[in-house]
Amino acid sequence: MRKLACAALLLGVAVYAWPAAANDGLTKIIKDPKQWGIQTGDYANTRYSKLDQINAGNVGKMQVAWSFSTGVLRGHEGGPLVIGDVMYVHTPFPNIVYALDLNDDGKIIWKYEPKQDPNVIPVMCCDTVNRGLAFSDGMIYLHQADTTLVALDAKTGEKKWSVVNGDPKKGETNTATVMPVKDKVIVGISGGEFGVRCHVTAYDSKTGKQVWRGFSMGPDNEMLVDPQKTTALGKPIGPDSSLKSWEGDQWKIGGGCTWGWYSYDPETNLVYYGSGNPSTWNPKQRPGDNKWSMTIWARDADTGMAKWVYQMTPHDEWDYDGVNEMILTDQQFNGAPRKLLTHFDRNGFGYTLDRVTGELLVAEKYDPSVNWATKVDMDKASPTFGRPLVVAQYSTEQNGEDVNSKGICPAALGTKDQQPAAFSPKTNLFYVPTNHVCMDYEPFRVSYTAGQPYVGATLSMFPAPNSHGGMGNFIAWDNTKGKIVWSLKEPFSVWSGALATAGDVVFYGTLEGYLKAVDSKTGKELYKFKTPSGIIGNVTTYEHGGKQYIAVLSGVGGWAGIGLAAGLTDPNAGLGAVGGYAALSSYTNLGGQLTVFALPN
Amino acid sequence: MTNYAFGRSNPSPAQARPVGFKPSALLATGLLVMSLALACLVLPSAGAVAQEQPAVANTVGTAPDGSKTHGGQEATKDDMGKYTMSDGTPTYRIAPDGTMDWFAYSGYRRYHAECHVCHGPDGMGSSYAPALANSLKTLSYEQFTEVVVNGKKTVGVGTADQVMPAFGENLNVMCYLDDLYVYLKARADGALDRTRPSKREDKTKAYGDNENQCFGRK
Repeated sequence: MRKLACAALLLGVAVYAWPAAANDGLTKIIKDPKQWGIQTGDYANTRYSKLDQINAGNVGKMQVAWSFSTGVLRGHEGGPLVIGDVMYVHTPFPNIVYALDLNDDGKIIWKYEPKQDPNVIPVMCCDTVNRGLAFSDGMIYLHQADTTLVALDAKTGEKKWSVVNGDPKKGETNTATVMPVKDKVIVGISGGEFGVRCHVTAYDSKTGKQVWRGFSMGPDNEMLVDPQKTTALGKPIGPDSSLKSWEGDQWKIGGGCTWGWYSYDPETNLVYYGSGNPSTWNPKQRPGDNKWSMTIWARDADTGMAKWVYQMTPHDEWDYDGVNEMILTDQQFNGAPRKLLTHFDRNGFGYTLDRVTGELLVAEKYDPSVNWATKVDMDKASPTFGRPLVVAQYSTEQNGEDVNSKGICPAALGTKDQQPAAFSPKTNLFYVPTNHVCMDYEPFRVSYTAGQPYVGATLSMFPAPNSHGGMGNFIAWDNTKGKIVWSLKEPFSVWSGALATAGDVVFYGTLEGYLKAVDSKTGKELYKFKTPSGIIGNVTTYEHGGKQYIAVLSGVGGWAGIGLAAGLTDPNAGLGAVGGYAALSSYTNLGGQLTVFALPN
Repeated sequence: MTNYAFGRSNPSPAQARPVGFKPSALLATGLLVMSLALACLVLPSAGAVAQEQPAVANTVGTAPDGSKTHGGQEATKDDMGKYTMSDGTPTYRIAPDGTMDWFAYSGYRRYHAECHVCHGPDGMGSSYAPALANSLKTLSYEQFTEVVVNGKKTVGVGTADQVMPAFGENLNVMCYLDDLYVYLKARADGALDRTRPSKREDKTKAYGDNENQCFGRK
């Protein structure tokens, strides 16, 4: 009896430690293509899988294997994680977490539902989305809408610790996932439309204790920058680089939010991300470059100290947040191997930089309709090196308050928003979901009240004129040349994150609800299936029981759910234009469902 | 409710209510009760003479002076450029030559800064907030005011949780409450299509003064 009990106890310990790979850290799980251990696919944010059972030759035969309703009818961004035999699915507010048993047709092992004050809902800009869970060392990390970061035991769903990262009463909320790095969890924050001064924070992954916090703007010590060692375009940024670029103490409500995706390079030990728009949207109210909003940041993972920064859109006049993902690749550039960082900015330029030094290598438009700037000045000798050359006609700053600047491309939601691109090392191409939308933008004076929207511009959006009439494209991009290789027209913005696989297939979802598979070399459509609701989630793949699966969340919403649900009109085209691109509501409805695909047996 | 600056019936001198700036939660509730009482008084007789004299149509109509207003009612203009019907409710007004009143235009601008991120472009709604171009077909001026000031919550099982914040303390909204109402009423009545009002009356000095006073600007 005693022996038996002892064996049982040992077994218990063994079970507790399962899945075995978990204790070896996230890095090992990421290297195993059968699992999907991090929202971004890997630390480099490539969203590429080595799985090739489903490939260009057979993807056309793919079928729905099983599906799961999340029970929530709001915008579903992000995607599930697969750790061992368990899938972890999250929902928008109220941010429910489900652990599903892949050995038992997705039976619910545990469910965690936090209690959150619903007053956070309207403080979140643009729907109550959440871009998913994170995992490391036996813990699932949920970053709730109200900015509470919770660590759950991956096996049981038991809460281990929680920490509050911000105050929704001041407009501080969360939509993003977090990134576990070594013994820390890297956490961002939202609230750019509420005058929040945003920051990135590292918490100890074992205890939730704050380790470092770097603000996007303000005094050097609060931003964690070194005036001599932190560089911008190869030169030290100097003392008070941010304070000098704002009028008075406007930096205190300066925005620069950090709600995008994070990537990490173990070799340089740097964390990469972008900061968002400066508050308000009325540029006249905040003279100066507004540093370091709209900036690519490279920070040391251990200390938070910034190694380099690059501000893409100084003194933003269009709400072109810089938060989109940084994709880290090792590629040949001009005949030499380089450690690259590729970033598709809201402002319509696709940037390629050296991720070690922050050197700017390529900045080209990844949508031909982009018109607010002629180009990014690439002349190193020029006083405006690295800055966009703004077209006066489209400058809401130069046109001034109470003037409607018309026909600006892209619209405020950017040529691409957070919906992440994918990179295939087989083709050396990036697969980019894009918006093909333009806008009229009229800034005006607003006053700041803590916890209230602080916007300061009227805008109306419409499909890019003189184009195919649709509001989106799905493109393949060569980041070393800065050229579009192929482009697929879409009737609506592509608001779903792409997945590239070794099977030479690229997957993405559409707002009408289609999951599509296209050939990675040619863009030829190989498969599509209409899921119950519009897709703004990111496509995931994993292998279980020797079979490759493709999974995606449906549930229309997000910013895409605002304008596009109602259909956009071209104010310049006059009345009746709406018929050309009927409302999204004619195609799909609210939903909340995970659909999992596989090849038939 | 800590709605301090707006339309208390006895505002302190420092927070004097701007001329013509009427809504407040308290006042609105009072008005609501009053209008209900009025409705009770008026309805039976209105019903009795419905055949000959229908109630004001809940849509755009042609006023005696040839302009388009809500229900074709006569509207009087104040020095701020606001048109008001005989019952005191603001209305849009499109002159016979197509010129739109300032409030509707201003409301268009403010709507597309403060409201459209939830309620969609042109009051068309989103996947998580109602289409106000529809709601204003039935929502009265007083009800509209009440919701904007105090917010609204619809949270429960099986619904897409909908929460609207209280804007009572947000000057960027409260200083333009009538503008927003007038614009959305024009949309609800079908007087204004999904376009930016192009031909419009100019902003008056009194409007600008009132705006500055509302924001506490000099």
